Amino acid sequence: MSDASPNTARPVSRSLHHVDARTKRRNAAETRFKALGIGAIAVGITFLVILLSTIFMNGASAFEQSFLRVPVHLDAAKLDKKGNRDPADLKKATTFTYAPLIQQGLLDAVQKAGIETPLTKSGDMKNLISSSAAAQLRDRVLANPDLVGQTVTAEILASSRVDGYLKGRVKRDQVAQDKNISVEQLDLADALLKAGILHKSFNWDFIFGADASDSRAEQAGIGIAMLGSFYMMLVVLVLSLPIGVAASIYLEEFAPKNRFTDLIEVNISNLAAVPSIVFGILGLAIFIQFAHLPQSAPLVGGLVLTLMTLPTIIISTRAALKAVPPSIRDAALGVGASKMQAVFHHVLPLAMPGILTGTIIGLAQALGETAPLLLIGMVGFIATNTPDGFWDGFVSPNSAMPAQIYEWAKRADPAFYERAWGGIIILLVFLLGMNIIAVVLRRKFERRW
Amino acid sequence: MEVLWIGALLAALALGGFLAGRFRALKAAGGDTRVLHSVPNYSGTLVALSAALPAFALSILLAAFGVAPAVLWGATILAGVIGFALSLRLIGRDFRARNAVEAVIKGLLIAAASLAILTTLGIVLSLVFNTIEFFRLYPLTKFFFGTEWTPSFGGGSELGILPLLWGTLYISFVALAVAVPIGLFAAIYLSEYASRTVRGAVKPLLEVLAGIPTIVYGLFALLTVGPFLLSIFGPKGPTAAFADGGWMHAGTAVMTAGLVMGIMLIPFVSSLSDDIINAVPQALRDGSYGLGATKSETIRQVVMPAALPGIVGAILLAASRAIGETMIVVLGAGAAARLSLNPFDAMTTVTAKIVSQLTGDADFASPEALVAFSLGMTLFVVTLGLNIFALYIVRKYREQYE
Repeated sequence: MSDASPNTARPVSRSLHHVDARTKRRNAAETRFKALGIGAIAVGITFLVILLSTIFMNGASAFEQSFLRVPVHLDAAKLDKKGNRDPADLKKATTFTYAPLIQQGLLDAVQKAGIETPLTKSGDMKNLISSSAAAQLRDRVLANPDLVGQTVTAEILASSRVDGYLKGRVKRDQVAQDKNISVEQLDLADALLKAGILHKSFNWDFIFGADASDSRAEQAGIGIAMLGSFYMMLVVLVLSLPIGVAASIYLEEFAPKNRFTDLIEVNISNLAAVPSIVFGILGLAIFIQFAHLPQSAPLVGGLVLTLMTLPTIIISTRAALKAVPPSIRDAALGVGASKMQAVFHHVLPLAMPGILTGTIIGLAQALGETAPLLLIGMVGFIATNTPDGFWDGFVSPNSAMPAQIYEWAKRADPAFYERAWGGIIILLVFLLGMNIIAVVLRRKFERRW
Repeated sequence: MEVLWIGALLAALALGGFLAGRFRALKAAGGDTRVLHSVPNYSGTLVALSAALPAFALSILLAAFGVAPAVLWGATILAGVIGFALSLRLIGRDFRARNAVEAVIKGLLIAAASLAILTTLGIVLSLVFNTIEFFRLYPLTKFFFGTEWTPSFGGGSELGILPLLWGTLYISFVALAVAVPIGLFAAIYLSEYASRTVRGAVKPLLEVLAGIPTIVYGLFALLTVGPFLLSIFGPKGPTAAFADGGWMHAGTAVMTAGLVMGIMLIPFVSSLSDDIINAVPQALRDGSYGLGATKSETIRQVVMPAALPGIVGAILLAASRAIGETMIVVLGAGAAARLSLNPFDAMTTVTAKIVSQLTGDADFASPEALVAFSLGMTLFVVTLGLNIFALYIVRKYREQYE
């Protein structure tokens, strides 16, 4: 036993409550460490909030569109020179005949409202009006030839510059170099807004309409692309659910432990991590170059996305099958069921909610996927055609929601950016809906054994 | 509509088969189904399956090779009738129809599972053949060691992969530098400090970031983060005084793409690390507390070293994600291939170039289009290698404590 007490080297604390320097340091380090953790979470959530608020602030305006309420006199002398109201003859009047009528109508409305403006020619009104307005009016007249000769009140789409001005995107000091709008025209737009001729209303055409060409941002809609996504999701659902479930049942219930099973397992886990663009290359090489399936078709997109989502679905389905306790299988086998009957009559129905949840989440992933669609040609054109009939929807060229958003993001006119953000809102609403369904399914049918 | 009619024909064959098989079984039973080995429905199912399945497979195969409609129809009907007749002859009193049906179904299950192998095979074949084709037209050494990337469809392009690889690695590095610290600390806090309620609220919130499609991140990079960074590091920003004319010249840059990709990867890193930290046995922590260590000391000196291999695996998986990510770099990183150290320069990546080389109107036989396949091959090999290695580490680590 040593005489020297080890305690003499250091003064003994008088009390546990007395905090010495070392403890202080350690406690400070503890607080710092904890603060770092909280900070990391705060940063992550801040990013989320910034991202979502950016999307909402930039995209909300896409759901509103500026319209001009203009009485247009459909001059029979110009539209129907023969005066017989024959639709075939009416078709001869092109949009070039209609455009001046609309401009004249707007000018009349301006003068009637008593707005003072240096713009006194009907041609000066051109930049206020969307270039698609004439086509829309023409369609309306062709559908109802009796309108010729009357004065109709038309809701005319305002040009994207005017729309941008009302939404704050186009600023007065920027328009000096802009040949598509002038300061006087913006002044007039202000006056028209006050007079109630120019107004904003909900933009149904954005949700249900077709894409438009580069110069007509005000008309572009995501409806057709939505249809393309819908067809792709149908293909994915119809193929990936049965195939995924069959593969999972085999691997989980029947597969012997051997090389072949291992090979399948390794392949599935690797496919789950292969970059999506590689699936695009696969689709391009196999489905389009080799099998000569039509380019840009939702069918091909759906096939590619099926291959991409299968690993996700298989992994979640296997988890759902695994969660069914062995006693269920044993009971079925005990009363004389074959193994196949035990699985299909008892295990599978019990695992179904879990399988559906996994499938919906896989579908949501597929819905937002863009990269493979670029390679099989679902971008780069204007998706304007509604498919003729249900089956045609699978093979006729179309876009998809994320591909349409990408397309808009690449265009030069900033007016399309608003559409892209708006498209994202719609896409996220779909994803949110699917995830909510998945959560509800899980909550409602989840069984604890 | 050809497909529809073939489908209708197959459905008719199956329905007819089912009824015929069932009828034959009932007839063999002579009114008392108890004497049969299998329930009559199984007999029906067997005939239906053997009439429709081979015909279905054959029609798909023939359609893929693009034969004339007449041949397609003839072959499909022939296959259907043969299957129908052969299987119908088998049905009898002692025939084990259920076993036969189950064997067929098991075969289908195996086929479904084998699709994973076929997919991999398809990927490898489509990459390999086109890559070989590319190297016939362009020297292999120039592709792997070339420092110039100047494709021109008129010919005389330089297609060196190095600038693309550099861009890819640089952007991935920035992304990981953002995601790993944030994700890791978030995971540590959530698994070690947070109460159940906080964890239950925060974890799903962070995972929302993982559920957002990459096109959204791409747009965010292009339209929000890029202009924001440009306003700070660009020629008009407050930092312009330090560097002549600012570091950044356009919104698209390594930093833009890397930062946004980092945000995307946060939940990926945090949920993987969370699992791994949770797998460290509580006994290790208790031992450390018993010796008087504080919570943070326990985490740093006991939990982290134990979880390290798994966390390295998680980071490698995140790296493979970053390397394979396409939409963010297509929109946020720029199109110029350059070897530069400045993180505010626009650079491009392997994935972005795959997209740009295959989405133009290029002739598929030209080296400028075929190069995309060898880029894809490189990408596939690199990400596959990273994944296998990472999964190996993670699995090995998990076994350690089981």
